[in-house]
Amino acid sequence: MDTTKNIKFNVQSLNLFYGDFQALKDISFTIYENEITALIGPSGCGKSTFLKTLNRMNDLEPNVTLHGSIQLDSQDINKDMDAIELRKRVSMVFQQPNPFPKSVYENVAYGPRINGIRKKAQLDEIVEHSLRQAAIWEEVKDRLHKSALGLSGGQQQRLCIARTLALEPEVILMDEPTSALDPISTMKIEDLASELKKNYTIVIVTHNMQQASRISDRTAFFLLGNLVEYDTTIKLFSQPSDKKTEEYITGRFG
Amino acid sequence: MHNSAMKKRIAKAKAVDSVMTKLFYLIGSFFLVFLLVLAGYIIVKGILGFYPELLTFSSKGIGNQFFNTIYLVFLSLVISVPLGVAAGIYMAEYSRDGKFLTFLRICIESLSSLPSIVVGLFGYLVFILLTGAKWNLMAGALAVSILSLPLITTTTEDAIRSLPKGFKEGSMALGATKWRTISKVLLPACLPRIATGVILAAGRGFGEAAALLYTAGQSTIINWSNWDVTSSTCPLNPFRPGETLSLHIWAMRTEGSLNPNAPAIANFSAAVLVIMVLAFSLLARITARRISKKSGGQI
Repeated sequence: MDTTKNIKFNVQSLNLFYGDFQALKDISFTIYENEITALIGPSGCGKSTFLKTLNRMNDLEPNVTLHGSIQLDSQDINKDMDAIELRKRVSMVFQQPNPFPKSVYENVAYGPRINGIRKKAQLDEIVEHSLRQAAIWEEVKDRLHKSALGLSGGQQQRLCIARTLALEPEVILMDEPTSALDPISTMKIEDLASELKKNYTIVIVTHNMQQASRISDRTAFFLLGNLVEYDTTIKLFSQPSDKKTEEYITGRFG
Repeated sequence: MHNSAMKKRIAKAKAVDSVMTKLFYLIGSFFLVFLLVLAGYIIVKGILGFYPELLTFSSKGIGNQFFNTIYLVFLSLVISVPLGVAAGIYMAEYSRDGKFLTFLRICIESLSSLPSIVVGLFGYLVFILLTGAKWNLMAGALAVSILSLPLITTTTEDAIRSLPKGFKEGSMALGATKWRTISKVLLPACLPRIATGVILAAGRGFGEAAALLYTAGQSTIINWSNWDVTSSTCPLNPFRPGETLSLHIWAMRTEGSLNPNAPAIANFSAAVLVIMVLAFSLLARITARRISKKSGGQI
């Protein structure tokens, strides 16, 4: 594959079990910096599980065992890194928009406050900058101190993206970020992702194959816990090398 | 033909629906009327027997009992709210499902259904006899805390568990620690529900008599010009005996009935107690709403 790009994540022989059930089987691949990597596959194929291992959100669930290595910039995230520190570098946007029941401002300021930023002027600046980056500033600038729960679903999701941007992470993980949204909001989030990849590395799980082909640089196809195929998005969608990939992307199952 | 059968079915379903709607309205209004009549009766009866001396802070008025009630509820909340909320947090966020948690749950459930006279006698044994103290407000507050602790624990646990999973995940994914997530996101989000638990707990304190009989005691000797907290006649000394309003009502209706004014005193005390509970509930609700509005929890 392309060698001019920097490797952000290097995953080697990753196996993950929920109790006795093996959810991920010997997954190995690399995720490149400043690209959008899409993870596709039918429900229950392990793509969301895999995404969660990248910032150790799977630590929150009981009975999970994990073998293999995941390296972020050549550092093993499970051995050499603290989960809290990792999550500041690798942030996550969820399927259901999940703003806190606080004001718009407090939602965005939450991350910086955790990092010990207390000065109001500095927080104001971070909040505005993050909201602008997430393309939602114009819509919320007059209601910064009102509840975030009053925003529409699409606005809430962009607010959640702004909330992660405020931490200045290196990687943003998105777990089906548009599946609960209407087409216009979806389009806004996709445009935003394409814009953000200039400065961030993005890994996105999606059920929507058009979405994967529209915005991603590389696509990984998961099936029953296996990584079936991983290639540039153009190649994977035009000339898939595996028959199962072809069947899935042409809509014959899944 | 098919069509008319379907129409009949729909008509029947609609009729049942309308009957049920009316039934629930009826039950609802019954309870509303019942409560209004009951509270109204107590308040009106209390006011009818009113004479100015009742308002004095002396052995002839109920001022001292009024103060004791507030002070005792305050003391018991100071004990039971932090403990109960902490226990609720533990149950919801730190404990692991298993035998220990099941055992703990059974304990809490049993505790919440203990008869208050049992708690009162337990309090007498532990807080009075074992410590060698006299009847005192603190012992009463501790006894009431035993009754209100399970209430606050369960409400807090339920409140935290009923929050959307996304709040916790969202905060953890931003690199927050568990405690930070709990203190800055989860607790503020369920504050209104915890407030409900505190109101119920305080209600227990206001209304409790049996648990206080042998703990807080039935006498009140306070000197309102004595502000030396270590002195047993100082109003603020938590280790002095202090009769509360509900105990006073009971006393006035039993042994105190030699006093010709006893019925009037009891009725007026009851009215004051009802108004106090109402006022406290309102105040707690308004405060909780204001705090959660300030943090942006309400739309």
